[in-house]
Amino acid sequence: MEAYFDNSATTRVLDCVKEIVVKTMTEDYANPAARHRRGMEAEQYIRTARSEIAKTLRVLDKEILFTSGGSESNNLALIGSALANQRSGKHIVSTGIEHPSVYRPLEYLAGQGFEVTFLPVDREGHISLGQLREAVREDTILVSVMYVNNEVGAVEPVEEISRVIKGKNPRTLFHVDAIQAYGKYVIRPKKQGIDLLSVSGHKIHGPKGVGFLYIRDGVKVKPMIYGGGQQSDMRSGTENVPGVAGLGVAAKEMYTDHEAKAAYLTELKDYMTDRILELENVVVNSRKGEESAPQIVSVSFEGVRSEVLLHALEDKGIYVSSGSACSAHHPGISGTLKGIGVAPKLLDATVRFSFGLFNTKEEIDYCIETLKELLPVLRKYQRS
Amino acid sequence: MTYQSFLIKYAEIGTKGKNRYLFEDALIHQIKNALKKVEGKFLASKESGRIYVQAQSKYDYEEVIEALQKVFGIAWICPMLQVEDKDYEHLKKTVAEYIDEVYEDKNFTFKVESRRADKEYPIHSEQINRDLGEVILQTFPQTRVNVREPDVLLRVEIRKLVNIYSLMIPGPGGMPVGTNGKAMLLLSGGIDSPVAGYMIAKRGVKIDAVYFHAPPYTSERAKQKVIDLAKQVSRYSGPIPLHIVNFTDIQLYIYEKCPHEELTIIMRRYMMRIAEQIARSTDGLALITGESIGQVASQTVQSLASTNEVCNMPVFRPLIGFDKQEIVDISQKIGTFETSIQPYEDCCTIFVAKHPVIKPNLERIRRSEESLKEKIEELVQAAVETAEMVWCD
Repeated sequence: MEAYFDNSATTRVLDCVKEIVVKTMTEDYANPAARHRRGMEAEQYIRTARSEIAKTLRVLDKEILFTSGGSESNNLALIGSALANQRSGKHIVSTGIEHPSVYRPLEYLAGQGFEVTFLPVDREGHISLGQLREAVREDTILVSVMYVNNEVGAVEPVEEISRVIKGKNPRTLFHVDAIQAYGKYVIRPKKQGIDLLSVSGHKIHGPKGVGFLYIRDGVKVKPMIYGGGQQSDMRSGTENVPGVAGLGVAAKEMYTDHEAKAAYLTELKDYMTDRILELENVVVNSRKGEESAPQIVSVSFEGVRSEVLLHALEDKGIYVSSGSACSAHHPGISGTLKGIGVAPKLLDATVRFSFGLFNTKEEIDYCIETLKELLPVLRKYQRS
Repeated sequence: MTYQSFLIKYAEIGTKGKNRYLFEDALIHQIKNALKKVEGKFLASKESGRIYVQAQSKYDYEEVIEALQKVFGIAWICPMLQVEDKDYEHLKKTVAEYIDEVYEDKNFTFKVESRRADKEYPIHSEQINRDLGEVILQTFPQTRVNVREPDVLLRVEIRKLVNIYSLMIPGPGGMPVGTNGKAMLLLSGGIDSPVAGYMIAKRGVKIDAVYFHAPPYTSERAKQKVIDLAKQVSRYSGPIPLHIVNFTDIQLYIYEKCPHEELTIIMRRYMMRIAEQIARSTDGLALITGESIGQVASQTVQSLASTNEVCNMPVFRPLIGFDKQEIVDISQKIGTFETSIQPYEDCCTIFVAKHPVIKPNLERIRRSEESLKEKIEELVQAAVETAEMVWCD
């Protein structure tokens, strides 16, 4: 049996996504900027995708900017808006549990003369609204907070956060990294007071190499890629038609029957959590039900190194992640786990199981049986 | 200038007396091997004690030089102009053309050194030197003659064909691989062992390698890293058969039965035993390690003595007296450093004790190994038999 429980790293594409990707690569492959009919046909795919996506968020089509994925969306949102608005101030607020694609651009901006305040999180992974209120100042141009934490699934109260920010400084922009949240939650940027929102295609059963940034109409962002002037000069480069078309189809699919889909993932999560607790000496860092993201179960296994457990599971056809896959090439201790107060000895004993629409309860049963077999052996041989 | 031929000069192998042809043949074999990976058709041949490489199609000059610079045994690579011997006037003209094309700036001193392999040639070498020097001086008035320390030493060899050359590009030196038997390299993912393999290959030794894999404690990526390293070393040494031994059961058994501070030493003793056993079955004559005195606990003199006593084959430790930085310098030169520093755990570090023994007592180690006797032979046999071989080329 095989069980792919690494859906927060990436997902398998849906069949309808595969079909449109192949079609736009082999049949409707023209350059969407070309003047001829074939070009216009290709452009239709982009229009359709843009409008489908805009619909899922209840925003305007022109507020959707396609990018190469989550990292680019985050980079553009942070660096682009900071550079475009630096005359109003050079202060930025973020949190201690952000993904490297937020953290590193902020580091870059700090090197360019911006001041960045990082807010700590509590045991639930939430920032304190009180601390946020204190942190936002007259010269704060941007606040960036992730919607769902990629390691433990903590969900930040974005609407309240926005209210606090705008109450203190109405001109401060609010960026939300929604890469682990889009498709899982109903997101309404207008209602929730979000100015910039980053999304990635391959976390929602769409293709890799494509994503988008929602930019509220009127928000100034300085482009990072210059050239042929595609996408209203905001991001040059021939549009990735297969990627964009695939993303559009995936987004539409995720928000069709959305409640049932989110409920299915939550059911898997809760089932996994209950069954994990049958095991001895484990700590579950995520929460059941509504209190954390529907797709993520984070577990610390006392006395087992996550790296070793990962490889032992892979040998049985079970694929999980230790820390976040995007940063797996830089092994190190996770800031998030430390941030939520995971005991030091459990920091490198923590594994993330993350679910997608293709997973089943049978796979979870198989995983639990395998863990019951492996854990005693792995615990017997520990680093002295 | 587009060179169609190269004269290959070798150093040490020229001194091997009657066995010289063996060395020359090995060198030609290695040159052919190296040029197989280069686009184009080449002929490598031996002709009255000289080795030539001739391009028989279009090729990329830089690529050929780079490939030849990795062939051990080559002292110098001389790109040359090879022309038919028509008449003396034609030779003079050709030499002037050669100088014109190769040296854009004519402000240099030179000397002509000619040789007649064909003693029937009507003019003496001394006369040829003078005549050709004359031609160069007249055609390019900026040039000057300096017979003691010329900037350009132009060699003209009159054989069946006439060879004209003045450039000498250094080769890697050493001896052609295949002239000095075969040895088994204990390859880890670290910086040292690939360098050790390179150094022994440079002395003409063919390399086999063994890697100890310990899943799930070491990952598939760690294994891939070692395969990559073997491929990088193979650019110099020629193809390396890499034997991948699953070491997990042995390691866990030692962990269970022996004092933890002796784990690394005992583990390494079994690695040496297994490497020797595989070497025997593949006609290997020696082992190679990247050890250097005192670098880590398992490389103190006492530890080396302890790991050395379990094998009968000679163990080559070419880095034994090197400092870390010296080893790093070579690994950067041969291009293995970047791969070596990828952060994947190898099996030597996974169970390492906080305070491993640094002066292991041989008696005590032997006694500790006694407690393994029930199952260890069986486990070692299984590990040897299930070893997987990956051809790294």
